[in-house]
Formats: sequence, C-alpha cells, structure tokens
Amino acid sequence: MNFSPLIISIKVSVIATIITFFLGIIGARVVVKMKRGKGLVDGIITLPMILPPTVVGFFLLLLFGKNSPLGRLLMNFDISIVFTWVAAVIASTVVSFPLMYRTVRGAFEDVDSDMIAAARTLGLSETRIFWKIIVPNVFPSIMAGTILAFARALGEFGATIMIAGNIPGRTQTMAVAVYTAVQSGNRELAYKWVAIICTISFASMFLMNYITSRHVKKNVKRGGL
Amino acid sequence: MRRNIKFLGAVSILMIVLMMALTACSGGTATTAATTTAAAATTTAAAAETTAETTVATEAAEPVELLVSAAASLTDVMAELAEDYKDVNPDITITYTFGSSGALQNQIEEGAPADVFLSAGKKQMNALSEKDIPLEGTEKDLLENKIVLIVPKGNAKGITSFEDVATDLVSMVALGEPTGVPVGQYSAQIFTNLGIIDEVTAKANYGSDVRQVLTWVENGEVDCGVVYMTDAMTSELVDVVAIAPEGSTDKIIYPAAVIGTTEYPDQAKAFLDYLSTDRAAAIFEKYGFSVL
Repeated sequence: MNFSPLIISIKVSVIATIITFFLGIIGARVVVKMKRGKGLVDGIITLPMILPPTVVGFFLLLLFGKNSPLGRLLMNFDISIVFTWVAAVIASTVVSFPLMYRTVRGAFEDVDSDMIAAARTLGLSETRIFWKIIVPNVFPSIMAGTILAFARALGEFGATIMIAGNIPGRTQTMAVAVYTAVQSGNRELAYKWVAIICTISFASMFLMNYITSRHVKKNVKRGGL
Repeated sequence: MRRNIKFLGAVSILMIVLMMALTACSGGTATTAATTTAAAATTTAAAAETTAETTVATEAAEPVELLVSAAASLTDVMAELAEDYKDVNPDITITYTFGSSGALQNQIEEGAPADVFLSAGKKQMNALSEKDIPLEGTEKDLLENKIVLIVPKGNAKGITSFEDVATDLVSMVALGEPTGVPVGQYSAQIFTNLGIIDEVTAKANYGSDVRQVLTWVENGEVDCGVVYMTDAMTSELVDVVAIAPEGSTDKIIYPAAVIGTTEYPDQAKAFLDYLSTDRAAAIFEKYGFSVL
C-alpha cells in the first residue's frame, strides 16, 4: 500500500487549516464590526459551505485557469496552480473557511458587551481588547472551528479533484484515493483508506471535545467564564 | 485568560512546526517539479531555435515527464502501462491524473498542463476538437469497451443471452439508471433493439452507477446485470455470459489525442503510438478493453 495520499492529505489539510485559522478569525472580526452590507458579505463568504464542492472547484478552476486574468497574471511569473498540491490547499482552504468563520463569528457576537465596555472605560485599546478579552472568551469556539475546519479540509474531495486533479504521489489525497479505488473496483484499498480517514477524523473530534471540556472545567474552577 | 492565549499560541506554533516538517519532507518533490519546469522552458526555447529533427535528438537524452489525463475507468490499466513504458522508453516518465472524462475536458480547456488525453467518450474529445485543443493529426480512436451480461459466479440459473432476461429464468435484473447512467442508456438500447424492453423494464432494478450494478450481481441480490466488460473483469464473483450483439448498441469508443499545448509533442506522440502496439494491446485486453 502506497501511503503518499496520507502524507499529501495531512500536508494539505494542515496548511489549509493554518490559513483558515487566521482568515476565519480576521473574517469574523471584520464582519462583526461591519455597519453596512453585513448580510451580503456574510452570504458571499459562507457560500462555499452551501455550494456543492464540485461547483466551488469549477469556480476555482475558472479563476486559476489560463483563460482567466488571474491565471494569465500567474503565467507571467511562470506559476501554474492547476494540478499542483497548492491547488489542493486552495480548494481545502476555501471550503473549510466558512466553518471556522461561522463558528468564531457566532462566539464573537455572544461575548458580553458589558465586559468590553468596562475594558474601554479602563482605557484598553481596541486591539488589546480583541486579543486580551474577546479571543480568550471565545477560545473553545476557536478550537472547535479549527478542528471542524481541519476535518473538513481532510475530507475535501469535490473541489480538490477539479482543480488539483488526481495525480498519484502528487495531488492524490486520501479522499481522492478512495474515489479512485472505488472507480477501479479496488474495494480492499478503498476500505483501508476509509478506515484511515475515519480514524483521523474521529481523533480530531475527540481532541476537540477534550480540549473544550478541559477548558470549561478549568474556568469553572477558577471562577472564570 | 493569559494562559489561554499562551495555549493558543502553543497550538499555532505546533501547527506551524508540523507544517514546516511536512513541507521539508515533500520539499524534494517540489524542487524536482520546479527543476523540471525550468528544464522544460529551456528545451522549448532551444526547440524554437533549432529544426525539428535536432530537437528530437537533444530532448531524447533528457528525462521527460508526460502528464496523461485519463478517464477514471482506465486507472488500473494506465498504472500498468506507465510501468511497462519505463522499459520501452526509460527517459520518459508517465504521470497520470484521473477523473470523469467531462471533468478532464474542463480542466484541459482551462489550461491544465496535460500532455495526452484519454477520454472514455467521443463527446468530450469532440468538444476539445471544436476548440482546436488537440494537436493536429494526433486524435484517434484507441479502445473499445463492450457491454456484457453478467451473472453471479457459477451461473446457477443457466442464463446465456440477453434474450434470456425476458424469460422466466430471470426475476430481477440490475441495470444502470437509463436517464443518467451511460451504461443504463446502452442497456436500454440493446433491449429495445431486441424488442424485449417492456419485459425487461418490468423486472429491472436501477443502480445509480455501474459499480452498484456490479455489486448487486456479486452479492447475488439480482439474477443478472448489464455492465461494461472492463467492470466485469475486475470481479472474481461474476461470470460474463454474453456480449452485446454487434450493432445492437452504439460503439463505446475511447479516443486519445496529444494536447496542443504540450511541451513535448514528439514524446507524447511516441507514447500514443506505443498505446497502439501489440505489447500495449496485451495489457489493455487483460483489463477487458479491445484495442482498435
């Protein structure tokens, strides 16, 4: 059994999760602070969660293909995104972003506004309020969002196969390997990959629950939260 | 609170370290890819300056990688052919990407760096031809797949022909869904041409794809089913009892072509020629394809 899909999957989903982690928090912060057009922006950036992944993949293919302005621009720098593992990272980031963003945004909105007002009267800057008060308060949600995003990125198939292709040893992730194994009638291989994906996904969920519950307990003990 | 931030920071750092480690692991591949691209660019520049013959001579010495976009049904056979081709031409590495022919067509239209396209249908190849994407004169009908009637291993019911499906030998037959699944459309054509479509429809169980039909027959949940020869060949648990009669259905052709934007037209053509040799045909036939 060739384990390259496992390595590619982990590499792609870890990088995608890191990008999503920051983009999701920033996105949530920006949208929560918005005064006008909140609904529109929210709708647009949540779209990849609702659209079928193949549609997202097709958009990305059009966006990064050589017929698009962006594709041509990249071509000038000799950068070709389509059919590379970078394309898989882009696909995974786009589909996992809304999960992070949604989870964190919901938590941001639940932060006690009195606490923020109190901090302001004490002269804390907005940036410091964000990092010292809001972020610690929404910590469980950030963890939950991150792990959901990771699990989603790990299982990403539709958008990935569209833009990154299915090149064994290069862009073939575990989810794509399952598809290929089933297509070619190789049941046993498909079962093996399914088992590996299930194990990793389950472990992520377990980790999430563990971290969140530990955090809650700790805070209860300290009289926080 | 402070501790939380520290923890958050620790997690981020951990993830970054993990990422760097992984990138380092795969660094080798990334660098190779970059080098290949750079080499390719140089070769193209050289090719522009020299005549066609000398290009072949200079390029043959350099290792070349061809990316073949192949229909998903070619997965296993392509892996074996790529391996075999190493003996035929050690300077050329065959890399492949698989997907549905329609998706591959879209990717090629959008400039995916494929050198050769092997489609499971004429429709996708024709769509590319209309846009002048294949290299002129390289398009050809490479393979044919057949529609077959399969039964669970051992053929306890003694089914021997497509006509038998209408008889009492069969109480349930698995077919591809006739509107959306290609094999279902072919099956409907065959039974219509045999004049028994109504009898067959009355006992049909429709699968959402050809693999489902195969699974039902493998497990003996139906008496027989209609699938491609190539699917039947993947299973130890079914017997092929009949091939669709000549002329009862459209031919299932797998066309092939070199993509016009390839950096290695000569190597790509050579690979396509190899696919038509007896040596390659023997491999194709092992998987149930007929070479045209």
